[in-house]
Amino acid sequence: MAFYVVQFLTGLASAASLFLVASGLSIIFGVTRIVNFAHGAFYMLGAYVAFTLTARFSGALGFWGAILAASLIVAAVGVIVEMLLLRRIYHVPELFQLLATFGLTLMVEDLVVLMWGPNDLVGPRAPGLKGAIDFFGQRIPSYDLFLIVLGPVVLGLLWLVFQRTRWGVLVRAATQDRDMVAALGVNQKWLFTSVFALGVFLAALAGALQIPRDAVNHDMDLRVIVDVFVVVVIGGLGSITGAFIAAVLVSELNAFGILIFPKISIILVFLVMASVLIVRPWGLLGKAEAPARRTPGLTVNPWRPLTSNERIAAAIVFLFAASLPFFAGNYALNVGAEIAIFVIFAASLHFLMSAGGLASFGHAAYFGLGAYGVAFAVKLAGLPMAIALLAGPLFGLLGAVVFGFFAVQLSGVYFAMLTLAFAQIVWSIVFQWVELTGGDNGILGVWPEHWAASASHFYWLSLAIAVLVVSGLRMATFSPFGFALRATRDSPLRTEAIGVNGKRIQWSAFVIAGTVAGIGGALFAYLKGSVFPDVLGIPLSVDALVMVLLGGVETVSGAIVGAIVYKALSIWLVSQTEWSKLVLGAFIVLIVVAFPKGIVGTVESIWHRRPSSLRDALLGSKIETAE
Amino acid sequence: MSTQALLSVEDLSKSYGGVRAVRGVSFTLSPGEILALIGPNGAGKSTCFNMLNGQTAPDAGTVRVLGQDTTGLKPREVWRLGVGRTFQITATFPTMTVRENVQVALSSHDRKLFNLVASMPRYARDEAERLLDLVGMGGFSMRACGELAYGDLKRLELAIALANQPRLLLMDEPTAGMAPRERVELMRLTAQIAREKSIGVLFTEHDMDVVFEHADRILVLNRGSLIAEGSPEEVRRNAEVRAIYLGEGLVYDARHRGGVSP
Repeated sequence: MAFYVVQFLTGLASAASLFLVASGLSIIFGVTRIVNFAHGAFYMLGAYVAFTLTARFSGALGFWGAILAASLIVAAVGVIVEMLLLRRIYHVPELFQLLATFGLTLMVEDLVVLMWGPNDLVGPRAPGLKGAIDFFGQRIPSYDLFLIVLGPVVLGLLWLVFQRTRWGVLVRAATQDRDMVAALGVNQKWLFTSVFALGVFLAALAGALQIPRDAVNHDMDLRVIVDVFVVVVIGGLGSITGAFIAAVLVSELNAFGILIFPKISIILVFLVMASVLIVRPWGLLGKAEAPARRTPGLTVNPWRPLTSNERIAAAIVFLFAASLPFFAGNYALNVGAEIAIFVIFAASLHFLMSAGGLASFGHAAYFGLGAYGVAFAVKLAGLPMAIALLAGPLFGLLGAVVFGFFAVQLSGVYFAMLTLAFAQIVWSIVFQWVELTGGDNGILGVWPEHWAASASHFYWLSLAIAVLVVSGLRMATFSPFGFALRATRDSPLRTEAIGVNGKRIQWSAFVIAGTVAGIGGALFAYLKGSVFPDVLGIPLSVDALVMVLLGGVETVSGAIVGAIVYKALSIWLVSQTEWSKLVLGAFIVLIVVAFPKGIVGTVESIWHRRPSSLRDALLGSKIETAE
Repeated sequence: MSTQALLSVEDLSKSYGGVRAVRGVSFTLSPGEILALIGPNGAGKSTCFNMLNGQTAPDAGTVRVLGQDTTGLKPREVWRLGVGRTFQITATFPTMTVRENVQVALSSHDRKLFNLVASMPRYARDEAERLLDLVGMGGFSMRACGELAYGDLKRLELAIALANQPRLLLMDEPTAGMAPRERVELMRLTAQIAREKSIGVLFTEHDMDVVFEHADRILVLNRGSLIAEGSPEEVRRNAEVRAIYLGEGLVYDARHRGGVSP
């Protein structure tokens, strides 16, 4: 019995830091409508800065002062970020905001390694709270008890601030209707900045308070942000009390889940999250978002199928790509095959994002499921390559059927957070289920059969499948299904009013995208000859997002150009610099701020400029004759 | 008999918190009839409307379309019964061309939504053009919907609403935000189409010229209740309706003003 009580208290202690981060995220979202992906990065920065400061100042005052100072320093960094970056992107579609803050996360990860080195750092214990309390033979660290008390205290303080101060009233007002608050003469800029500072302060405080419990390392940001996304999805984004309840719930599920399913405890959290979403799609204490007042994107140029000239140009490009094996070496062909595979992957996500308006932040899950599907088919079932290749899309399909059902119940940032959480859950299962997947060691020896083994043959295979996939997705985009999908994105109200079941259309699109990603993953497994949990990881999901964004999210097939340019660049970049995340992160931020239309989108809008001026002239003359 | 009615509404009620937005509204609509629902702001017109096509679930009462109980059905299911609808604030697909907007509705009507291979730009092109010609948008079919003027969007909405060959059209403020000349044209067009195809039309409207020119019958809603019903002439003479629209002369009357000034 005592053991369970201790387990329960440990869960509560973990809940405190989760609550601090989640409440910060919620407050920032409430006012600015930005889901700050970089919140985990601020949490991590808080821990690192606190590590440095506590090492310098000793004694009780030194330790607690250092924790507070670290949080304030990171909050100041947050203010700078808000003023330099976020102020420029408050008006852009939410996908771009998520990506920009994600780019920031990548940069912080490399900066942290640059400044503090790659090794885990162990901080000091808290003065006065070093011991443990004996509880019926079980020991509870007194620091845990301190954290258990801290959570409700912070909740109470936040409540006081929001209910009793003028600033708190403004924040609550802005959460309900920020346009009205601006119309009443409140300086929005400083309100947003101060809210962001408070949110970052809470995240950094959580990170700093973590150092007596855990080692500080440079992947704690992604771990915490995924947990926090789960918390806010369950609790309801924008509700601080909801964040508290959900943080306790998730932490306890983790604490006890480990006793029930020691290998895959995360399943329990997933099941709870899924059931909450079915009963209350906006979380326990969340409110349904009013339909956003926005245009669906940056431009309203209707898409059109390729003209015959463009078809000829595409055929010429294809013929050139197909002739590559006659003059390129094996290394170039391997790179070529990898690019073709990523074209498939990016095109599948692009279909979901451009036509569907659904930005999945966990698309690698289906790519990775495809790769593992092949590995299982080859290693466990001993199937020949032609059949094993089908296992990839099948696995992708199954994963997308299950997760897609829940994901499409939500939209916008909720959809993004949920897909990310799902991908992370799949990753954890694969990582922890060592008997089946080999865990971190992966599955080795997945080599293509003789007919596809040579570099040129495998390249041709990948290229052929990529061309089929891209043409198929283009066809789907211009089919009645594709239009119904776009219609659901453009105006859910109108779509419902003309007899379309939008959720089912979106679910089907999700399944299509997952299946196609699975095809890419299947080829990838054969290309590399092995499968590791990395193929399901967040970085790969983000790669796909960047390819789509780089090509142009509002184009029909921009992802092809995005995938080719990005993959070639990143292969080159990795050979040139150790700090690829830093460069990549800066690159993402740059695209979002400076070229939100992407390569193909920018080219198209330059192309459109001439005909449109011609058209204006024509229209002008029409009006004249009418007069 | 009321089974012949295209639309019959019985005792429809809806409350939001303490506000009883619609209380016990009943009426019927016959094929080919044009019925106007009027009332001052906040009378419950839009709430009433949203309950008719399933957008809002009523607290009590029933809605029957062609004798079939549609209470509790989703808007998409009501649409399949032959009910077209336009919105107070237009809802169209801004990233498509004007014709594609209509083609989406046509493909839905044909139950081709899960067709992955047909080419939408070529789908039922003639039918789409015909509908656009009907509402006077024939010359705009290749324009981007997102760059249309508001009056044109209203006409496009009408074309979309006609795509499933509806028996009943629900139009929530069809001419709001349009220029005066356009208003008259759009309603004349609607009335003409409705009479030709014997479509029943229920519309809400603030422009009384439009209402009195086209409506066969008028329902007047105030504070959630129906207070008058009848031909335009009857409604025009109704004292209660006049009191609602013109005030009862108790507050801002010239005599009172005279009393205030020294």
